[in-house]
Amino acid sequence: MDNFILLLGITLMYSTPLVFGALGGVISERSGVTNIGIEGMMVIGAIAGAAGSYFTGNPWLGFLAAGVCGALVALLHAVASVSFAADQTISGVAINMLAPGLALFMCRQLFEGAAMTPIATKLPKILGEDGLAGTPFANLNVNVTTVIALLFTVIMWFVLYKTKWGLRVRAVGEHPAAADTLGINVYRVRYICVLVSGMLAGLGGASMTIAIISQFTQTAISGHGFIAMAAVIFGKWKPFGAYGACLLFGFTQALVILLGGGEFVIPSQILSMLPYVMTIIVLVIFVGRSVAPKADGIPYVKGSR
Amino acid sequence: MEVSPEFAVQMHGIVKKFGAYTALDHVDLDVRKQTVHAILGENGAGKTTLMNILYGLYQADEGSVYMDGKEVSITSPTEAIAHGIGMVHQHFMLVENFTVTENIILGDEVCGAAGVLDMRKARKEVMELVEEYGFDVDPDAVIQDITVGMQQRVEILKALYRGAEVLILDEPTAVLTPQEIEKLIEIMHDLIAKGKSIIIITHKLKEIMQSADECSIIRRGVYMGTVDVKNSSETELASKMVGRNVNLTVEKTPAHPADVTLSIRGLTVKDERGIEQVRDLNLDVRSGEIVGIAGIDGNGQQELVDAICSLAKATSGAILMNGQEIQNTNPRNVLNHSVAVIPSDRHRWGLVLPMMVEENTVLERHGEDMFGKGIMLDYEKLHEFTSKLIESYDIRPAGCEEERMSGLSGGNQQKAIIARQVSYVPDLLIAFQPTRGLDVGAIESVHKTLIAERDRGAAILLISFELDEVMDVSDTIAVIYHGQIVGTFAQGTVDENQLGLLMAGGEAK
Repeated sequence: MDNFILLLGITLMYSTPLVFGALGGVISERSGVTNIGIEGMMVIGAIAGAAGSYFTGNPWLGFLAAGVCGALVALLHAVASVSFAADQTISGVAINMLAPGLALFMCRQLFEGAAMTPIATKLPKILGEDGLAGTPFANLNVNVTTVIALLFTVIMWFVLYKTKWGLRVRAVGEHPAAADTLGINVYRVRYICVLVSGMLAGLGGASMTIAIISQFTQTAISGHGFIAMAAVIFGKWKPFGAYGACLLFGFTQALVILLGGGEFVIPSQILSMLPYVMTIIVLVIFVGRSVAPKADGIPYVKGSR
Repeated sequence: MEVSPEFAVQMHGIVKKFGAYTALDHVDLDVRKQTVHAILGENGAGKTTLMNILYGLYQADEGSVYMDGKEVSITSPTEAIAHGIGMVHQHFMLVENFTVTENIILGDEVCGAAGVLDMRKARKEVMELVEEYGFDVDPDAVIQDITVGMQQRVEILKALYRGAEVLILDEPTAVLTPQEIEKLIEIMHDLIAKGKSIIIITHKLKEIMQSADECSIIRRGVYMGTVDVKNSSETELASKMVGRNVNLTVEKTPAHPADVTLSIRGLTVKDERGIEQVRDLNLDVRSGEIVGIAGIDGNGQQELVDAICSLAKATSGAILMNGQEIQNTNPRNVLNHSVAVIPSDRHRWGLVLPMMVEENTVLERHGEDMFGKGIMLDYEKLHEFTSKLIESYDIRPAGCEEERMSGLSGGNQQKAIIARQVSYVPDLLIAFQPTRGLDVGAIESVHKTLIAERDRGAAILLISFELDEVMDVSDTIAVIYHGQIVGTFAQGTVDENQLGLLMAGGEAK
C-alpha cells in the first residue's frame, strides 16, 4: 500500500513537466505546425523559471517568466515555419540545438560562471510544505504544478472541442485552405497556437526546476521534450490522450526511482534507460498507426493547393 | 452590356496578369438574376482565375465588378461572402474528419457566451436548411464517410448557410456519377426557382446544354462572347471554345486485328482486404484493335490493370503477352514485354510533379543507353528527346522541357504521359481513363493518338468509366461487372441501354 502511494505520488510528480510539454505539442500540431522544438523551449523555461524565482524570491514570477520565455523562443519557430514557410523540422531542431547553449550561457552570465543556478524558492505543494506529513498519504501532497497541468488539460480539451476557437484550430490543422476560404486567418491561428505551445513548454521546464528540483542544472531537462512529443503521438493528438500517455511515462520514471532504491539488484544505469526505452517502444508501435492532423508539418501558402 | 440591377453579377474588362503572362485579357461576364450561367473554356483558359477574382481570392489588375447594378470591391473571401457570393471549389474545401454540421458552421459558428459552441442550435439551423432545399444530407455524418455527391451538397449548404445569393460551382460534375449529375442539375434548377443565381464553370458541353440558360466562352484568357444555350448546339459551343471546328464524333477506319497480343486466362485478383475483385476473367486483345472495357468504377478495373502491370498479385490464372506469361513478375519485366500504361490517376502514378518535364518523359527508361553513360544522365539528350515529344504532341507551353511538371495544365500533363508511353512503341498500350478531366480539344487528340497507335499495329486496351468513350473509340466492347467480363460485342452491334444493363449486373436482351 505504501509502495503504491509512493508510486502514484512519484508518477504524478514526474509526469507533470511532460504534461505541459505534451499539451504544447498538441496545440501546435493541431493547428498544423510540427513542434520538435518542445525540448528546447522546456530548457529555456527551466532556466527562466529558476532564475526568475531566485532573483524575485517569488516562484510564481519565475513560473510566469518561464512561460513568457518559452513563448519568445516559440516566436522564432512561428516566424520561420508560419511566415516564411520553412521546414518545420529544421526550425525545431535549430531551437533544440540553440536552447541548451543559450541556457548555459545565461546561467554563466547571471551566476558568475556557474553551470547551475543557486537553490531557488520552489512553488508550493497543494497542501503546504508539511501537508499530510507523517500519514501514509504524504506522497499524495503533490506539487501545485501537477494540479495546474491537469487543469490546463481540461481547459485545452474544452477549448479544442467545445468552442469556436477550437473548431477553427482543428480546421486549420486539417485543411487550411478550407478554413481560409471561410475567412479564417490561417497564419494568425497558427501563430497563436505556436506561441501557446512555447508558453506551455516553458511552464513545463519550470515545473521541473522550481517544483520537482529547486535549481537549473544542465541535465534538468534531458529528453523530456522528446518524451512529451512521443506522448502527443501516443495520445493521438488529444489533450487527455496526451495526459494519459504522460502518466505512463511518469510511471516508468517512478519505477526507476522505486526499483533503484530498493532491494532489487538492477544497476541504476540500466534502470534509468527505462523511460527512454519505453518511448522508443511506444513510438515503434504507434507511429503510423495513429493519424496525425492532415496538414501537420505542411506550411500553408495561400493560393497553392 | 449595360450595368443594371437585372444582373446578379457583372464583371467588365477584367484583366489579370501573373508576371508576364496575361491570364485574363478584358473579360466580361454578365449573369442575369435567377439563371444558370455557364463559363466554358478549355483547361487553363482562365475560367477559374475569373471566379477566384469574383470570390476575392485574387485581385484583378483592371476592370470592375458590379452586383445588382452597383459597383463592389471584393478583396477577400470574407467580403465575397458578405456580398452574398458562395463558391463550391472543384477540390472540395471540407475538413474530412469533421461532421457535416461542423463544416457548415466553420468560420461563422453558432455560439453561446465566450465562444462556446451551441451545437444543438447549429444542428437545428443546418436541419432547417437541409429541409428547405430538400437535400439528402445527414447533419451528424462525418465527411469522410459520405459520398462525393453528398459532400458537394454540403459545400452548397455551406454557401447557403452564409446567405449566398450567387453560387459559383467550379467543375461540379467532374467527380460525380451520372445519377449524381442528374440530381445536381435538379438541385440547380430548384435553387434558381428559389431566387438564387448560379455560375457554373465547366468544359462538359452536354451538361451545359442540360443545365445552363446562358454560356460565356473564354479562350486563352480572351472573352469570346455569350450565347443563349437554347439556340445553340454542342458543336457550336465546342468550336467557339477551341477556336476551330472540333469533331465530337470519333473518326476511324475499320480495324484489322491480327495475332493475339494480350491474353488473359482465368485471372483472379484479390484486393488488400482479401476480397476477390477480379474473378476468373478471360480477355483477348489482338494487335491492331482497340478493346474497350465498359463498367462502373469499382468493378475490378483497377485490380485488372494492377495485375497486368505486376503491381498486384494474381491469385490464379495467367496473363500472356505475345505468348509469354508475365503475371506475378515485376513492373520492369512487364515493361520489357512491351507493355505501356496510361494510368488512371496521373498525379498518383503517372508523374512526379515537382520534377522537370524532361525528367518525367524518361521516368521509366532513364537507364537506357540513349540517355547517358554508366551512372550519369545526359541532360542534353533528355532535352533533345523531350523537345521532340513536345513538338509532335503539341504539349504546351512550348519550350517547357525544364519547367516543373506541376506547372503544366492537366490536359498537357496527360499529353506528356501519353507521349512518353507511346514513345516506347509498345505492343500493348493500356489506356485507363485516358481522358479523365480533359476538355474536348484534348480528348479529341487523345482519341486520335489511340487510333493512330492501333493503326500502327499495337493492341490497345481501353478502360473507361465514360460509356460514350468506350462506345465511340473501341472496335470491341467488353463489359466488366463484379470482376468478370459479362459480355463482348463488336462496335455497332450493341446500344447504350444493353451495355448499361450489363454494367449494372442485369441480363442483356
